[in-house]
Amino acid sequence: MAVAISLQGVSKRFGEINAVNGLDLEVSTGVCFGLLGPNGAGKSTTMRMLTAQTLADEGSISVLGFQLPRESKQSRLEMGVVPQLDNLDTELTCRQILTVFARLYRVPRTERTAAVERALEIANLQPRADTIVKELSGGMRRRLLVARGLIHRPRLVLLDEPTVGLDPQVRQELWTLIDGLRASGVTVLMSTHYIEEAERLADTVAVMSSGRIIAQGTPAELVSAHAGEQVLEVYGPPERLAEVGELAASNGWSSRRSGPAVAIMRAESLDSLAPEGIRRPANLEDAFVALTGEEIE
Amino acid sequence: MSWSSQPETAVVGRPPASVRRVGRLEPAALAGVMSRDVAIFGRYWKATTFSSIVQPTIYLLAFGLGFGTLVKTIGHVKTIEYIGTGTVATAVLFSSAFPGMFNTFIRWQFQRTYDAMLAAPVDVEELITAEVLWISLRAGVYGMAPILVAFAFGLQPEWGMLLVPLIGFVTGFGFAAFGVTVAAIAKTIDNFNYITSAVLTPMFLVAGTFFPVSSLPEGVRQVAQVNPLYHCVQLVRDASLGTLGTADLGHAAVLLAFALLMWRLAISQLGKRLID
Repeated sequence: MAVAISLQGVSKRFGEINAVNGLDLEVSTGVCFGLLGPNGAGKSTTMRMLTAQTLADEGSISVLGFQLPRESKQSRLEMGVVPQLDNLDTELTCRQILTVFARLYRVPRTERTAAVERALEIANLQPRADTIVKELSGGMRRRLLVARGLIHRPRLVLLDEPTVGLDPQVRQELWTLIDGLRASGVTVLMSTHYIEEAERLADTVAVMSSGRIIAQGTPAELVSAHAGEQVLEVYGPPERLAEVGELAASNGWSSRRSGPAVAIMRAESLDSLAPEGIRRPANLEDAFVALTGEEIE
Repeated sequence: MSWSSQPETAVVGRPPASVRRVGRLEPAALAGVMSRDVAIFGRYWKATTFSSIVQPTIYLLAFGLGFGTLVKTIGHVKTIEYIGTGTVATAVLFSSAFPGMFNTFIRWQFQRTYDAMLAAPVDVEELITAEVLWISLRAGVYGMAPILVAFAFGLQPEWGMLLVPLIGFVTGFGFAAFGVTVAAIAKTIDNFNYITSAVLTPMFLVAGTFFPVSSLPEGVRQVAQVNPLYHCVQLVRDASLGTLGTADLGHAAVLLAFALLMWRLAISQLGKRLID
C-alpha cells in the first residue's frame, strides 16, 4: 500500500521543551489514521510540521511523495487542513470565504462556483451561505472550517482535534462526515484526545506521548495488547479502593483508579485472589491509560 | 453532510497537481490572497472613501482659509497648490503604513488568517507580497483624492497628475511593507504608538508637506533627505505643477529603493515569526 505521510526521526524543540522527540510515523494511503494523545503530547506540532508551518530540527518528512519543507507547497495543493483553532475570517460570509480558498487552492475559474456550492452542501450551510461568520453558531463555524479544507477535493485531509469543544450532536455530524471522506478514498490523519473518536473512526491508532509514538495498531489490537480481554472493576468506599490498589500492586496486576472504582486489566488471567467486582470488556481507554499512565476523557 | 453521497470525487476531475508547475510568487497565489482583501474592502469602501475625501478637505479648508489668507505662496508655489500636493503624501503614508501595521497584526495574531492561508499552497513571500501590493494599490488610488479635492479649491489640472497614482503606489508599497515589518517586531499592538508618534508624525511634517524643508535648520534638512516621504512630496509636486526635471529621477530612485528594501525586510521579519 502506498504511503501518504512518512516521518522519520523527526524532532522539534521550542526552547527547553522537546515538543516532538524522535517521531517515526507512517500513514498509508486511504486509511483514517488517528493520532491519540493527551494535551501537550506533540500532536499539534506534528500537524503543523506536515504543512511546513513548523520546521523540524531533525529528521525527514514526506507528504504525498513530496519532500518537506522544500516541496511543501506542492503537497499542500493536494491536501486539506482543518485546524484546531477557528481561524475563519469573521467579517466575511461563508460563500466569500469558500471562494477565497477555492482560489488559493487553484480551483479553475470555471469550476469555482460549483466547488463553493458543493462545499456549502458538505457543511450543510446553503441557507446561511451569505451570512457573515460572526453570526454563525459554533457548530456552523466548525462545519465551515471543515468545508474550507475540502473545497479542492484533496487526496489527504489533516484534522487537528476536529470535534474539540463541540456538543454531542455536532460531533456526531462531523464523525459522519469524516467517515464519508474515508469511504470515498481520501486519506485522513486526525489528531484527537477523545478516545471514543479514535475508537469509532480510526483504522489505525497511534498513541503519542511526550513527542513520540509509544504504540500503534488497530483499536482492537491496542486493546488486547495493553489491556487484555477483560477489565475487573471493583467498587467500594475509599479505604476499600486503597486496599484493592495495594493488592493489585503486590500481585503485579496492572490497575488504575477509574472514577469511583479500581479497574484491573487482563481480568481474564486473574486467579482466585481476584477481589469481587464487575467484569467488562476492555476498551481503548484502558489501553490508553495503561500505556500513558494518564487519564483523559 | 453529504460527502459520502459523492464517492470518488476526491480524485477525479482535475489534472494531478504534481504535473503543475509550482514556483515563486505565483500570480494565482497573489490573486487568491488579494481576493480576500477585495472581499473585505467591499464591506468598508464607503468608510474608506469618506475619510479619504474628508481629510484633505479639512486640511485644505484649514490651511487654505486660515493660513492661506496670510500666506499666498510657499516658495514659488501658491499655497493651495503646495498644500494640495503635500496632502497627497500624507494620504499615501497613512493609508499604507497604518494598514500595514494594524491589518497585519490583527490577521496574524488575533484572527490567525495568515495561519489558515499558509496551510494552503501559498508561501510567506506570496502572502506578504500580495498584502503589500493590495495596500499600495489602494494607497495609489486614494492618494489621488487630495488632488481631486484641491481642484474644487482652484488647483489647475495638469497632465503630469496622471503620474500621481503611480508615485503613490511605489511610496505606499514601501510604507505598507514598513508597517508589516513593524507588526512583525512589535510585541503588542500598543507598541505601535511608539512608531506613530516617534517615526511617522515627524516623518510627515519633515517632508515639505505643509512648509518647505529649506526653512528648517541644517541638521533637520539632512534628515529630510533620507525621508522617503520627502521624495514622494517632491515628485508629486513636480508632476502636478508641470515642473518635472532630472532631480525627479533621483526622487524616484529613492522611492524604488525604499520599496524594495522594505519589501524584503517585511518578508524576512514576518516570515521568521509565521513559520516556527
